[in-house]
Amino acid sequence: MALVIDIIISGLISGSVYALLAIGFSLIFGVARIVNIAHTAFYMVAAYCIYFVTHKVNLHPAWGMVAAVILVTFLGIISYRIFINPIREHEGAVLIATIALAMAFQEMMVLKFTGTYLSVPSLVKGYFVILGVKVFYQQLLTFFVALLVLAALWVVLIGTKLGLAIRSTAQDREVASLMGINEARVAMMTMGISVGLAALTGAVVVPLTILEPHMWLHPLIMMMAVVVLGGLGSLKGSFMGAYILGFAEALVVFLAPMGSFLKGSVALSIMVLVLLIRPEGLFGVSFEEER
Amino acid sequence: MLSPPPLRAAGFSNGVDMGFILVYLRSLFTIVKNEVLVLPSRVVVVLFFLLLLLLPVFTKDPYLLRIFTLTSIFAILAASWDLLSGFTGQMNFGHALFFGVGAYGAALLNRHANIPPWGTIPLGALGAVLAGLIVGIPCLRLRGTYLALTTLAFPIILMGLVFAFPDLTGGELGISGISRLARSRVADYYISVVLMLCLCTIMWKITDSNTGIIFHAIREDELAVRASGINTTRYKLLAFCLSGFFAGISGGLYAHFMKIAGPSTLEVPMSFQVVIWAIFGGVVTIYGPVGAVFVLFPLLELLRFWQEYRTLMFAGVLLLILLYMPDGLFPWLRDKIEKVCPRCKIRNVAMRDTCRVCRAPLE
Repeated sequence: MALVIDIIISGLISGSVYALLAIGFSLIFGVARIVNIAHTAFYMVAAYCIYFVTHKVNLHPAWGMVAAVILVTFLGIISYRIFINPIREHEGAVLIATIALAMAFQEMMVLKFTGTYLSVPSLVKGYFVILGVKVFYQQLLTFFVALLVLAALWVVLIGTKLGLAIRSTAQDREVASLMGINEARVAMMTMGISVGLAALTGAVVVPLTILEPHMWLHPLIMMMAVVVLGGLGSLKGSFMGAYILGFAEALVVFLAPMGSFLKGSVALSIMVLVLLIRPEGLFGVSFEEER
Repeated sequence: MLSPPPLRAAGFSNGVDMGFILVYLRSLFTIVKNEVLVLPSRVVVVLFFLLLLLLPVFTKDPYLLRIFTLTSIFAILAASWDLLSGFTGQMNFGHALFFGVGAYGAALLNRHANIPPWGTIPLGALGAVLAGLIVGIPCLRLRGTYLALTTLAFPIILMGLVFAFPDLTGGELGISGISRLARSRVADYYISVVLMLCLCTIMWKITDSNTGIIFHAIREDELAVRASGINTTRYKLLAFCLSGFFAGISGGLYAHFMKIAGPSTLEVPMSFQVVIWAIFGGVVTIYGPVGAVFVLFPLLELLRFWQEYRTLMFAGVLLLILLYMPDGLFPWLRDKIEKVCPRCKIRNVAMRDTCRVCRAPLE
C-alpha cells in the first residue's frame, strides 16, 4: 500500500512538471514554429537563480522564486530577440541556435557554480504521514502550484484578447496577420510566456531535485516525448501525456529492478508504441499535408 | 564532374607503354585544366584531398594525427546525417543510435568473437542498418518536427538497455580492451582518411544518382513524388538504411580507434553534435557537413587552451555565425566565390562577366 502511495505522489509530481514544461514548449512551437531545445535550459537557469538568491544573497526562497521567474523571462525574451528572431525563416538554423543557447547556458552555470551537486531548502518545511508514507508539504505545494498555473494559463488562453491572438496565430499565421494581429509581437509575447512557464517549473521543482548543470537533459527528452505523445500543438494532449509518462516513470522506478536506468527507456517506448497506432499523437489533429 | 579520360588506340599502335601514359597524362591535364581549375570550389576539393593524403608526410605529430583521424570519422557521421535528414528531409535527432549501434556492435564482436577490425566494422554497420529499419518503420508515418522528436527517443531507449544489462555491455564503463584499428598512428590515420574520402564520395555519388534525386524530391514535396507513382515508403526506408550503414561504419571506426565503446556514443549531446555539424556546414550538400566537421572539430581542440570557456566559446561562435549565414557556412562561401549562369545554370567564377559555356552575361 505504501508503495502505491509512493508511486502516486511521484507520478503526480513528475507529471505536473512535465505538463508545465510541455505546454510551454508547445505554445511557442504552435505560434512561431520554433523547436526550442533551450526550453529546459531556462528551467535550469531558474533553478540556479533560486540557489543564488537563497545561498549567496541569503534571502527567503520565495524571493528567489520571484526573482528567478522575472529574470529568466527577460533572459528568454532577450535571447529570442538577438539570436532567434533574425533567423526565424530558417528552420534548421533556429534549431541549432537553440541547441547552442542551451549549451551556452549550461557552460555559464558550470563556470559560475561549478559542476557539483547543489540543493535548495524547501519553501515550506514539514510533512504528514498517510499509511506510513511521508508526504512533504513541499511536494503538495509543487503539485498545487502546477495545477494553479495550468488553470491560470487556461484562463489567459481562452478568456483574454492575447490568448485569442495566440490561438489564432497558432492556427494560421497568415490569416491571423490579415486580421490585424501583429504576428511578430504575439510571437515575442508567447516566447515570454513559454520561458516564464519553464522558469516557474524550475522554481517550484527545485527544492525536490538536485541541481547540476546537466539537469536540463532528462526533462528535455521527457518533455519532447510528452509533446509528441499528446499531439503537437494540443494543450489537452500535453496535459494527459505528461501524466501518462510521469506515472509510467514512477511505476518503473518503484517496481522494476534497475528501474532508475530504465525509466527513460520505458516512457519513450510507450511513446513509440502509441505513435505506431496513432501517428498524430493521442489528441493531435492530423493536419492536411502542408505543402 | 570528372569523366574517365578517353582511351585512344594511338598509344598502343606504337607498341610502347610510354605513349599510352603520355596520352593518359595529357587527357588528365586537359580534365584538370577544363573541369577543375575553372571553378574555385573544385580546386578547393582537390586541394583538400591532396592535403589530407599528404599530411603524414609533413608531420608525424601523434596529437595532430589523432585529431584528424577523429575528424575524419565524425565527417562520415555528419555526411550520413545529411544523406538522411538533409536530402530526404527526414529530420533525425537520434543519429547517435546508428553511431552507437555501430560502435557497440563492432566492440562486442571483437571482444567475444575475436573478429579483427576489418570484419567487425562492416558487421557493426549491418547492425546499424537493422537499427535503421527498426527506427524507420515506426517513423514512416511521421513528418517534420514529430519525426525529429520521436527519433530523439531511440538512442535513449537503447542507452537504458545498455545500463540495464551491464554484464554484456559493461554498463556505464562501456566495453574496453578491444583491438586497435591498425598498428601505428599513421596507419590509423590513413585507414580513417581514405575510408572517409571514399565513403563521402560514394554518398555524394548516391545523391547525384536517380535514387538521390528521388530522395531530394521527397524532401521537397512527398505528395508529388507519390503522385508520380514512386513508392516513397521504400525510398525513405532505403535512406534510413543507407544512412545507418555509413553512420555505423563511422561508429565502428570510432570504437576501434578509441579502443572503447561506451554509452557516450549514444548520449543526446552526441546526436545534437551531428545536427550542429551538418546544419552549420549547410544541408543538402554532403560536402557542407564534411567541411563543417573539419572546421568545428579542430576548432574545439584549439580552444582547449581555455579549458573552462571552451564549450561556451564554441556555442558563441556557432550563434554568431548563424546570425550571418543561416543557410550554413559552405553554401554561403560558395555563393561568394561562384555565380550561377542565369541562362544555362552552370556555375562560374564570381569574377567573370560572361558565362564560360554559353557566354550569357552574368549579373
